[in-house]
Amino acid sequence: MQGYIIRRILYACISLFLLSITIFCLVRITGDPAVLMAEPGAKEEDLQAIRREFGLDKPLVIQYVTFVKSVARGDFGKSIYYRTPAFDLYLQRLPASLLLASVAMTISLILGIPIGILSAVRVNTWFDNFGKIFAILGLSLPSFWVGLMLILTLSVYLNWLPSSGAESWKSIIMPAFSLGWVFAAAHMRLARSAMLEVLGSEYIKLARIKGLSERLVLLKHAFKNAVIPVLTLAGINLVLMVNVAVVVESVFAWPGIGRLLYEGISFRDFPVVQTTVLMGGLMIVFVNLIVDILYAYIDPRIRYGT
Amino acid sequence: MEHSSAVAAGQTFPGYSVPDIPWWKKVAVRLRGAPMLPLLILATLVFTAVFADFLAPHNPEVGNLRYRYRPPVWQDRGSWEYILGTDHMGRDVLSRLIYGSRISLVVGVTAVIVAGIIGTTFGILSGFMGRWVDQVIMRLTDAWLALPAVSFAILLAALVQPSEWNIIIILGVVYWTRYARVIRGEVLSLKERDFVRLAIVAGCSRAKIMWTHILPNIANSAIVIATLQLGVSIIAEATLSFLGVGVAPPKPAWGLMLAEGKSGLMAGYWWLSVFPGVCIMLIVLSANLLGDWFRVWSDPQLRQL
Amino acid sequence: MTQPLLELDQLRTYFVSAKGTRVVKAVDGVSFTLNEGETMGVVGESGSGKTVTSLSILRLLPPAARIVGGEIRFAGENLVAKSEREMQRVRGSQITMILQDPLMSLNPLFTIGEQIAEPLRVHRSMRGQSLVERIKELLRGVRIPSPEVRMREYPHQMSGGMRQRIVGAIGISCEPRLLIADEPTTSLDVTIQAQYLSLLKDIQKRSGLAMIFITHNMGIVAKMCDKVGVMYAGRLVERAPVRTIFTKPAHPYTEALLNAMPKLTEKTERLWSIEGQPPDLANLPPGCPFSPRCPKAEDRCHREVPPEFQVGDHHHTRCWLWERR
Repeated sequence: MQGYIIRRILYACISLFLLSITIFCLVRITGDPAVLMAEPGAKEEDLQAIRREFGLDKPLVIQYVTFVKSVARGDFGKSIYYRTPAFDLYLQRLPASLLLASVAMTISLILGIPIGILSAVRVNTWFDNFGKIFAILGLSLPSFWVGLMLILTLSVYLNWLPSSGAESWKSIIMPAFSLGWVFAAAHMRLARSAMLEVLGSEYIKLARIKGLSERLVLLKHAFKNAVIPVLTLAGINLVLMVNVAVVVESVFAWPGIGRLLYEGISFRDFPVVQTTVLMGGLMIVFVNLIVDILYAYIDPRIRYGT
Repeated sequence: MEHSSAVAAGQTFPGYSVPDIPWWKKVAVRLRGAPMLPLLILATLVFTAVFADFLAPHNPEVGNLRYRYRPPVWQDRGSWEYILGTDHMGRDVLSRLIYGSRISLVVGVTAVIVAGIIGTTFGILSGFMGRWVDQVIMRLTDAWLALPAVSFAILLAALVQPSEWNIIIILGVVYWTRYARVIRGEVLSLKERDFVRLAIVAGCSRAKIMWTHILPNIANSAIVIATLQLGVSIIAEATLSFLGVGVAPPKPAWGLMLAEGKSGLMAGYWWLSVFPGVCIMLIVLSANLLGDWFRVWSDPQLRQL
Repeated sequence: MTQPLLELDQLRTYFVSAKGTRVVKAVDGVSFTLNEGETMGVVGESGSGKTVTSLSILRLLPPAARIVGGEIRFAGENLVAKSEREMQRVRGSQITMILQDPLMSLNPLFTIGEQIAEPLRVHRSMRGQSLVERIKELLRGVRIPSPEVRMREYPHQMSGGMRQRIVGAIGISCEPRLLIADEPTTSLDVTIQAQYLSLLKDIQKRSGLAMIFITHNMGIVAKMCDKVGVMYAGRLVERAPVRTIFTKPAHPYTEALLNAMPKLTEKTERLWSIEGQPPDLANLPPGCPFSPRCPKAEDRCHREVPPEFQVGDHHHTRCWLWERR
């Protein structure tokens, strides 16, 4: 098992390496990084000053090493717009995104798991068809449009909920729902297929042979086994959610890292954009690594050999 | 041993006869269950995209400022001139939707093709060549998958000029991994099949084997993934346009229309936000339904018919 | 004369496809009786209907299947007429079943103790210390050492042989009257098989339990069963006491099955097999279902389905060759 874990960590490092190289190269290929770092309308002397300051006139390898070293230190550059270190900005906004993602994840599970499981129990009935429509709609409606429609109905026409900002608990409902909607469909699909697989298994057959009531069979035996893969996926999806929240945060002006990214783009604030993407990638690699290691403990095949 | 040569010669198992049905009849029978509505919707969209110049009543990019924010025809102040209303620049919404279908379709389909080519190539190389080639490509795929797709696309889009071709390339570059993994798995199992082994023993060059033997057999899976990715691509393009890093104004990309319409939302100009979204939903829904049906239809286990 | 414990009377279970177009006659007119304490073997190829018969008895058929005719009388009562609630009381306490694969039969998330406790809780309302004692007693009864420790362990921590014995313990926990064993030794090593079979025989002697043994292994039949039923294409083509089946088989299919068993005493170079394929149960040929493959088939066999004829004492067969003149 040790070998497995070490290999996984190695792969994670390679992923991070490739990630940083990619961003590093892209920036330099698509244009002059100095221009990106400078304020719009900067003159040639300013650009030269920036080049000297950030060592952009040195050989690429040295630039990369400096890049990595500064990232390791937590120095992602300074936001052009806010004039504060981009990393600090990121950390400042992260909690809001995590909060939004958590609520959205909860909504997606509360919606997705029951619909998925009931669809499996009542497979091929009208409920199952309803579930399938639900799943397809989840994939077909862009989250930001769901958000816009929600604003239209609940804010503009009914005036129940605020359409932007983060003042009260009411502000989180619509953005969380818009964000959670897509994932609800994915979780519902997984819950359904996991439940179907469990229902066809031998131990469920044995549970019925034992003469247990159908309710006991479903709730006690089937449900627990079916829910495991869904929760695993949900854990991985949480990080994904934080990253995908860009659009939803933009629509609702929710002060998280997604909105930070949007601002970064709108104001051509490149350090901020780079920070967000790098950190996003880092989180994903990190979470995947944790999940891989956890699997090493759970799956007996990995734990005891091979 | 006897069986395989008998089958190869065109005969079948003794005692079992296959009735001779013409190929087109077989296809027609299989197509019976095709979902008609999605096909119709997609066909309509392709039609409007192609014949936009003839169908659109107005110029989608130039508007008449005297007719700003007109509501659709069935509301007060609406008129038959502008059936679905106008936007903040006085441009006809219906015309913009019609021309927008062209953008969504072209960008979506091309992006899928680009991603498909890249991903399938990597998948075939990775699965077939094995060893270090496989390892390298797999690590690359893993690392690529670790990139948050949407954010990465946004980063790339922010670095380059907003244009349709750039979006196509970006989407292709970001989404190829979806193909690579699955294709690789298929190639791995294909490698063990007799006809591939025979080709290797017969001395075919690896490139030839990959091209003539492997490629046609995985084409099916690749197409299935492509149909399911079409919806993803279209939403991705709409998202990028919505955020301002996709198609640039004054082009009538649906995502862009939603972004422009957002400011009018609080004032009650609902038609600017509802109609483009409905169009996106219809096309993605149809693509997904069709893709789902296609996946079941092309399942090789059912192909034995 | 005491009432037989189980009586199947012309049981017919069909599978209907979703559109109602294909009907598979999985069990087509099967009748047999089983008395208390008796062991019956049901043999046949895959697809002959052995498992579907047992599932029909327990009324645990998949949704596509339906009992379309016949009766299943257990201790006098017709199981086909019972409601689901009533069947839940029967299952686990009066009639139980052991499945083929012990690893898949046990829920990986619950301890052994918990899984044995369930039927006891539901059917015998046992709780607390008496429940724990009973579980230990059952584990000892299936020869599992240190039951207190084992109770708290999980299925993946046990060996295959132990798991099968635990499944057996679950089966007999509520002292049922009938135990159906569906190929219980197929997934076990040969040495473990012998131990397990002797354990089952032991349990049967102690409790007077009746057993139905579903298998395709004639060797096990010889060892364990009092009477045998041979199934083919959903029908019981021969039923007889065990010795008779081996010494004086009546139906050509039974003969073929016995011939297919390689024997140590004979010297043959090729293994004998039955020509042809089992029939498609949705498209049965007219007449006797075995007739296409039967070496003794006559003209009548291909045209008319033979009813059951008596061959000897408790020996019946469905073959035109045995029609009384």
